[in-house]
Amino acid sequence: MDLDLMITSFPKLLNATLITLKLLSLSLFFGLFIGLIFAIFRLSNNIILNKFAYGYSYVFRGTPLLVQIFIIYFGLGQIEYLRSTILWTVLKEPYWCAIIAFSLNTGAYTSEILRSAFQTIKPGFIEAGKSLGIPNKIIFYKIQIPIAIKQSLPAYGNEIILMLKGTSLASTVTLMDLTGVAKYIISTTFKPIEVFIVAGGIYLFLTFLIHNLIKYLEKRYSYLQ
Amino acid sequence: MNIIKKFSLGLLITLFLTISANADKIRIGTEGAYPPWNSKDASGKLIGFEVELAWSLCRYIGQQCEIVEQDWDGMIPALLMRKFDAIMAGMSITAERQKTITFSQGYADEVASLAVMKGSSLEGLDTPEGVNLTLGGGDVKKALKTLTGALAGKTVCVQTATIHQNFLESGDVGKVDVRTYKTQDEVNLDLASGRCDAALAAAVAFTDYAEKSGKAVVLTGPTFSGGAFGNGVGVGLRKGGDGAVSERDAELLKKFNKAIDQARKDGVISELAIKWFGFDASM
Amino acid sequence: MELLAFGKTGWGDELFYATLMTIAVSITAMIIGFVFSLIFTPLKLSNKKYLNLIGNFYTTVVRGVPELLVIYLLFFGGSGAIMFVASIFGYNDYIEINAFITGSFAIGIISGAYSTEVFRGAILSIDKGQFEACKVLGLKKNVQFFKVIMPQMLRLAIPNLSNVWQITLKDTSLISVTGLVEIMRQSYIAAGSTRDPLFFYSFAAVLYLLLTYLSMKLINKLEIKYSRGF
Repeated sequence: MDLDLMITSFPKLLNATLITLKLLSLSLFFGLFIGLIFAIFRLSNNIILNKFAYGYSYVFRGTPLLVQIFIIYFGLGQIEYLRSTILWTVLKEPYWCAIIAFSLNTGAYTSEILRSAFQTIKPGFIEAGKSLGIPNKIIFYKIQIPIAIKQSLPAYGNEIILMLKGTSLASTVTLMDLTGVAKYIISTTFKPIEVFIVAGGIYLFLTFLIHNLIKYLEKRYSYLQ
Repeated sequence: MNIIKKFSLGLLITLFLTISANADKIRIGTEGAYPPWNSKDASGKLIGFEVELAWSLCRYIGQQCEIVEQDWDGMIPALLMRKFDAIMAGMSITAERQKTITFSQGYADEVASLAVMKGSSLEGLDTPEGVNLTLGGGDVKKALKTLTGALAGKTVCVQTATIHQNFLESGDVGKVDVRTYKTQDEVNLDLASGRCDAALAAAVAFTDYAEKSGKAVVLTGPTFSGGAFGNGVGVGLRKGGDGAVSERDAELLKKFNKAIDQARKDGVISELAIKWFGFDASM
Repeated sequence: MELLAFGKTGWGDELFYATLMTIAVSITAMIIGFVFSLIFTPLKLSNKKYLNLIGNFYTTVVRGVPELLVIYLLFFGGSGAIMFVASIFGYNDYIEINAFITGSFAIGIISGAYSTEVFRGAILSIDKGQFEACKVLGLKKNVQFFKVIMPQMLRLAIPNLSNVWQITLKDTSLISVTGLVEIMRQSYIAAGSTRDPLFFYSFAAVLYLLLTYLSMKLINKLEIKYSRGF
């Protein structure tokens, strides 16, 4: 076990972790909005919106993230027409291709989590709101959304961790995230076990942080139930 | 307890069935994705300069051979963990790699070159035709300076774990945004789509791509050799050490060197080189 | 469309076999995962702290580290470890473990971590009364488990196991490092050879969706079968 290598590669890997975290936070940020929008579509009475949201969710949850990234990065890059439009300034960069793929992916899972959270809100809360004469829109924003968020915390916490692991796929499209740098160090030192232990350790630590953060939030918002 | 016993027995049997030891066969690993050195035809069969050279070298050695496919980035680890016994995958002999494995004598040489799409601002750089980094000299220094200026801040794409990547990161051409890809195919894709301002790989790899894809890929700048680019392509082998197993490896090194000598003498290497590269790239 | 033709010029037959390989690896991995759960679920449910620790270590580490890293580690480290063990026994020649077993095993370990959580959750949600009733009736541990607990556990576990199946199926796209030719790798080869990544990766997506769709139909049938009598 080459401890020296583990020590010298640690700072490089830590540096790369910043990129991983940037990818994670941006993807979750966009994904949350996408998820909320599609959750609302799924709950709506409009058949078209409903089916559209269902289709979106089915496709992005039923195909591997790797395929999604490759289609967006290599697939879209192949289309000559796209290369001449303004979209190319975004799609040209692997960073944004990765974020688009990750956001769409987490958006699908998030929409399912939020949808089921909305559907399992105790009707009593909504009825109470209505009996107090609160307009529907405000019931939605002030009662349903907070309760839905609280109810989805465990499942969403899981989703954050899954997305963290998903960011490692950014390394397949030239991005030097934690996994990318780990692979690079291995390709020059040929010591996969040592490097993976350090890289894996960093991921585990992040998972641990996220897990505890969610637990804390669950406790803090438990008054809503 | 009975179930557990039966199960473990079954597991052991399965394990044994999957373990195969074949002392006489020489297993040679290649990438299968780096034409014209090695690639695959439409049916998935491995073809290329090195595939044919491997068969002929084995004929000289007088032993049975098997060619195994292996992804480039796992090539040396796979050799070390005995997935195969030799590497013939367009792998240049470099001091860096010699820290971990040993090489036979070189059998062919590749020169590297930058490539861009036609119409790029990097086309037609004012540099000498060839640059040998080991020989060095004023000419080389001037060429590197020209390149440093031209490539400053540009994106250059290479295959990961290659001499080309090493060169770009050595600082000889200053600060370049290096993007690494799993295979040369991916490099070509991003060069063609415009994500890369330029790409660096074996010159023949680009001419092969230009030919097969019909894309307007042109070589630019000097051809590189020496220095970070190593001293020719040879057969990668495990280093000898202690014990009966590594004795076999040391034997293999001798066998390959002898076979390469014979193949060179018989003109086999030159013949294959002309067939696959269009010119005599043999060493 | 001719790209998909079966036969020499089209990629249809290669993709077909690749799909079969994906299914084979997924099923094998799922089964290997079950074997791991058989070991680790009791560990996680045990009263002894150190057994608990081993169980938790497995599920936390394997579920907390990206699959790519786990697969790389198992692939590069696994052979080394096995050969090291074999050399202790004096077996010094090289050992080749075929790619299918390596790949399925790698995914299986990951699948097992998820399955372990599912089984653990399922057993914990079985009414304590069932266990007590078994004790009262003097049923042996074997009988208690196989005839009473397991049927109930399976009914509760199947919905979540279908999620594990989905995860396992999609994770097979990551084992191209072992050289195994499943859907993703075959699409990669085809895309590289024809320089048409959009077509082949989109088609790969279609294949995965097809597998997902068929799996769901089958699992629904299973759910109905196991809900009988409730």
